[in-house]
Amino acid sequence: MNSASTVIPARAEMAFTLGFHIIFACLGIALPTIVLLAEFIGLRRKDDTAMRLTRRWSQAMGVLVAVGTVTGTVLSFEMGLLWPGLMRQYGAVLGLPFGLEGIFFFLEAIFTGIYLWGWDRLPSWAHWWSGVPIAVSGIFGAISVIAVNAWMNQPGGFTQHGGQITSVDPWQVFFNHAAPYEMPHMVLAAYMVAGFIVAGVYAAGILRGRRDRYHYTGFALGFVPAALLTPLQILVGDTAARAVAHDQPVKFSAMEYVPQTASHVPEWLGGVYVNGRVYGGLKIPDMDSLLVGFRPGTQVTGWDSVPAADRPPAVWLIHLCFDLMIGLGFMLLLAGLWAAWSWWRRRRLPAQRLFWLLGTFSGVAAVAAMESGWVVTEVGRQPWVVYRLQTTAAAATTSGSVIITLSLVIALYAALGTATIAILQMLARRWRRGDVATATVPYGPPAAPRWPAREAGR
Amino acid sequence: MAPDALGAILLAGVTLYAVLAGADFGGGLWDLLAGGTRRGRAPRTLIDESITPVWEANHVWLIFDLVIFWTAFPHAFAAVMTALALPLWLALAGIVLRGAGFAFRKELTRVPWQRAAGAIFAFSSLLTPFFMGTVVGAIATGAVPANASRASLAAWTSPTALLGGLAFVTGCGYLAAVYLTEEARSRGDRRMQAYFTRRGQAAGVVTGALSLAGLAVLHGSDPALYGRLTGRALPLVVVAGACGLAVLALLTAGRTACARVTAALGVAAVICGWGVAQYPVLLPGTTVTLSNAGAPHATLAALVVVFIAAVVLIAPSYTLLFTLQRRRLLGAGYNGTAPAAPASPSPLPPMHPQQPREEHTSGRRAAFALVALAVLTRRGRHRG
Repeated sequence: MNSASTVIPARAEMAFTLGFHIIFACLGIALPTIVLLAEFIGLRRKDDTAMRLTRRWSQAMGVLVAVGTVTGTVLSFEMGLLWPGLMRQYGAVLGLPFGLEGIFFFLEAIFTGIYLWGWDRLPSWAHWWSGVPIAVSGIFGAISVIAVNAWMNQPGGFTQHGGQITSVDPWQVFFNHAAPYEMPHMVLAAYMVAGFIVAGVYAAGILRGRRDRYHYTGFALGFVPAALLTPLQILVGDTAARAVAHDQPVKFSAMEYVPQTASHVPEWLGGVYVNGRVYGGLKIPDMDSLLVGFRPGTQVTGWDSVPAADRPPAVWLIHLCFDLMIGLGFMLLLAGLWAAWSWWRRRRLPAQRLFWLLGTFSGVAAVAAMESGWVVTEVGRQPWVVYRLQTTAAAATTSGSVIITLSLVIALYAALGTATIAILQMLARRWRRGDVATATVPYGPPAAPRWPAREAGR
Repeated sequence: MAPDALGAILLAGVTLYAVLAGADFGGGLWDLLAGGTRRGRAPRTLIDESITPVWEANHVWLIFDLVIFWTAFPHAFAAVMTALALPLWLALAGIVLRGAGFAFRKELTRVPWQRAAGAIFAFSSLLTPFFMGTVVGAIATGAVPANASRASLAAWTSPTALLGGLAFVTGCGYLAAVYLTEEARSRGDRRMQAYFTRRGQAAGVVTGALSLAGLAVLHGSDPALYGRLTGRALPLVVVAGACGLAVLALLTAGRTACARVTAALGVAAVICGWGVAQYPVLLPGTTVTLSNAGAPHATLAALVVVFIAAVVLIAPSYTLLFTLQRRRLLGAGYNGTAPAAPASPSPLPPMHPQQPREEHTSGRRAAFALVALAVLTRRGRHRG
């Protein structure tokens, strides 16, 4: 058993690196689809604006994919460097979905290489098709990784004897009990994050007075898919919460402030739980029972059902993150409805400044909602790493010096994040100036004939 | 049976990571040594163009190897990740900085910033192979206990492990230089071909010397491993040495395509020699073998299926990627403000005369075009 002095930094490090990577993962999963959509419109309708957007997004994708690849590698290493106890005990089980993920990651990386660097050299439709495997494997890769997280919440598909895994059913490991609700929830979240981030970038430009076709097209290509998926996501999320109430009642009781098992449980909007009291929240009588079982008399399990040691820490954090996720989700739904209403009545996007403020904020909001959701599911599962089978403390490394790696990783990622944003902003400035010169040769302006004619026949 | 198959798969994965991604790291070594802005321009451009479309795909072999390692042999994985935490963190830092520095440098336009990003890319390209080399050295010399509970400094700072780290750095440089001679030749760039021929030969000699020094140190420090390397693994060790000598000659003769394959074979022989020498033991010096490292039979069987699926899906995709790259259909030759139609004359070779008409094809014909392109280029490759 580990002391808290190792476990807390290890958890902080995992949370920090995962929280950083997942933004890039979302963009890696869903941005290719948005880019392909733009290129499709550009090719089909011979739309120069869509084509220009596609090329610029593709260039930004080159940076985002690289950062996503290396930060994803950090997580792979951390599985062993921070959680050797987990891997030692359950590596043979949870490794299988990771194996599938490896295949999809391969396809993604290979076709990203072809798509990003095949511009102007491959026939235009062949180029478009070379992007399709990226979009498809992005979705399946995400599903495979989420299978592992879902398995940690609802472990199954194996038997163990005296601490040894004796048999494994790969199918049940992959399609575990939490998979049906976690997988669609995250894939939709990835699409919403990528779509709203794209929309937010162009909404900010429109707010600054760049009201041209280029900015409206860029906004619409991100906003429309994301806004269309938002109501679906709210439905999936509602189903997931009800499933968690059943599958992991203690996590649910923390999400909703249910100290004692009872019926007619109220719903708390906001509020901080301290020593048995909720401060500052809005209480809606019977609402939680109603949401869980569609009747006010539904019994909801409280965290008193398990000993104090088996309860998650910081229930206020779990509850507030849960509420933040839902609040932001409904705000994004509202933005979508506003745009839909305006389009229905006037055949154009809303002109109000507030709408474009909302649009600008939508990218940050989607990221914040997704991160809050991860805090809910990960902190809510504590003290377990594998629900009811292994504690996080038992999984953590004993190699020492986690504090040092945590500090270095924070410094490194701060620099990495700053550099990524700075480079994307620099690209945007360059595009706005209309600079044709993009540096591709290290240490100097591009040479005049970039591609000497090939000798025929070699 | 199944554990042996997984051991072979893991060894194959490590080999592919070494011969593919190792060369990408080696490119960083030559970028570092390329000199100032003017002098280093030609080699840096060649290195950049050769690595750009493929380094991310090559890097995935590492992820694949990690997943196979922790799923098939979880006990050994946990021990390695605990005992060798420090060099692994450092190798990881190299991976992050290398990838970020490389990708960022492309998008920067100011020379000082390019220099900074380039320096990060180049220096970190040395970190990863070096610390990976010490990790392999530590495992091979039996410095990882089966129930490791602390990180160990002594495990990876033995003379053998440190020599292993150095040999990995020069080995990566060797592979990169040999591959780059072929890249230069295919571009008709005689100067760069000679440039990397010299460097490939020098790196080959240094790597060979370091390997021999490692063997000599092993003779004293770990007679058991030395005995197995010069016993049942001897054929592979001989093959590795013969490949190394052949590459030196092939480079001089200008047979760069042949040299590339031979160099990769030599490195593969070294890695397989290591595997054969310690088979079936996973962590030398312990009782952890391929068959008792913690995974049940069903896991191993499922992994074999995953591996077959991976080969079926990845091999053709990889072939397509490399073929397109060899035909120079991949590269950063565009600018972000170009109109929809290519502004510059198409760089496609004349063997695709139907190319301009492709603009008007429907989606289905485009899919066919991609497949046809793959087939055409594959046939072209066999001809070449």
